[in-house]
Amino acid sequence: MNFLKSPWPWYVAGPLIGLCVPLLMLIGNKALGISSSLRHICAACIPGKIPFFQYDWKKESWNLWFVGGIALGAAIVLLFFHNGRPVDLNPDTIAALRANGVQEFDELMPGDIFNWGNVASGTGLLFFITGGFLVGFGTRYANGCTSGHSIYGIATLQWPSLVATICFMAGGFAMTNYILPHLMRWLLL
Amino acid sequence: MKNLKFLFTGMLFGIILVKAEVISWFRIQEMFRLESFHMYGVIGSAVFTAMLGVLLIRKMGWRSVNGEEIVVQKKPFTKGNIIGGLIFGLGWAITGACPGPIFAQIGSGFTVVIITFLSAVAGTWVYGKCKDRLPH
Repeated sequence: MNFLKSPWPWYVAGPLIGLCVPLLMLIGNKALGISSSLRHICAACIPGKIPFFQYDWKKESWNLWFVGGIALGAAIVLLFFHNGRPVDLNPDTIAALRANGVQEFDELMPGDIFNWGNVASGTGLLFFITGGFLVGFGTRYANGCTSGHSIYGIATLQWPSLVATICFMAGGFAMTNYILPHLMRWLLL
Repeated sequence: MKNLKFLFTGMLFGIILVKAEVISWFRIQEMFRLESFHMYGVIGSAVFTAMLGVLLIRKMGWRSVNGEEIVVQKKPFTKGNIIGGLIFGLGWAITGACPGPIFAQIGSGFTVVIITFLSAVAGTWVYGKCKDRLPH
């Protein structure tokens, strides 16, 4: 029970995540990949007359069940195995984020940024609208995300996935170190 | 009913993502600031384990439960791997979430991430709309 309540170290969680790749192969001949679900949702709900969304998304519906499962699994942790303690971060990270205006460090996410009160503000425009748009646009343009490229693609020895992963990291480094601090100081301080 | 096993696998995946704290915006900041090994350890050991699993399946010639030969989905190279990859990286650092964690953050009670999700659907839609005009 204690193990279920506390956060898991990388050497426990990482291999468990990795095992999902062969597991999906064995139970259904499926390739781990999550960003495709966003395409299926477009194809199902708002296909317009766009050729990219004209396909039988129902054939790929396993993927929607899978992402629904992810949300459910997270809710199970929240309901039954929630430890309610802050993330054990490097103090340097906390100090730097505090200097950029983050105030709440007691949950998985900074509650002062990720709350409904911010939806119609500059903070919401950056963290929800802009960030989400870049994730959806970028992953589809890159033909995959962290799961489909960085885990499944590299594990199946496909070099384009390694290229994509290097670019994910480069974009993340640039945003975190050179762009986001300025935006946060402007919006949060 | 045939999809229940995928729901269940997704639940396991979601539980692991939360317990690993990889859905935490803080952990993503820490990773990109090079101030912790945690995220690199998770991703690195996940890739390593997945690779071993796939290798084992190939060596043993295992088939999926429905008797099919297991196929590896091809990831052809396009310029999108680079340009789209960079764009996604920017978004990953802002939201603290790649697509999987978006669903897990919502399930974890940060319901406002529904807005992030809707915006990601919009981003995917706009890509589909502009696809032919983008370099690939």
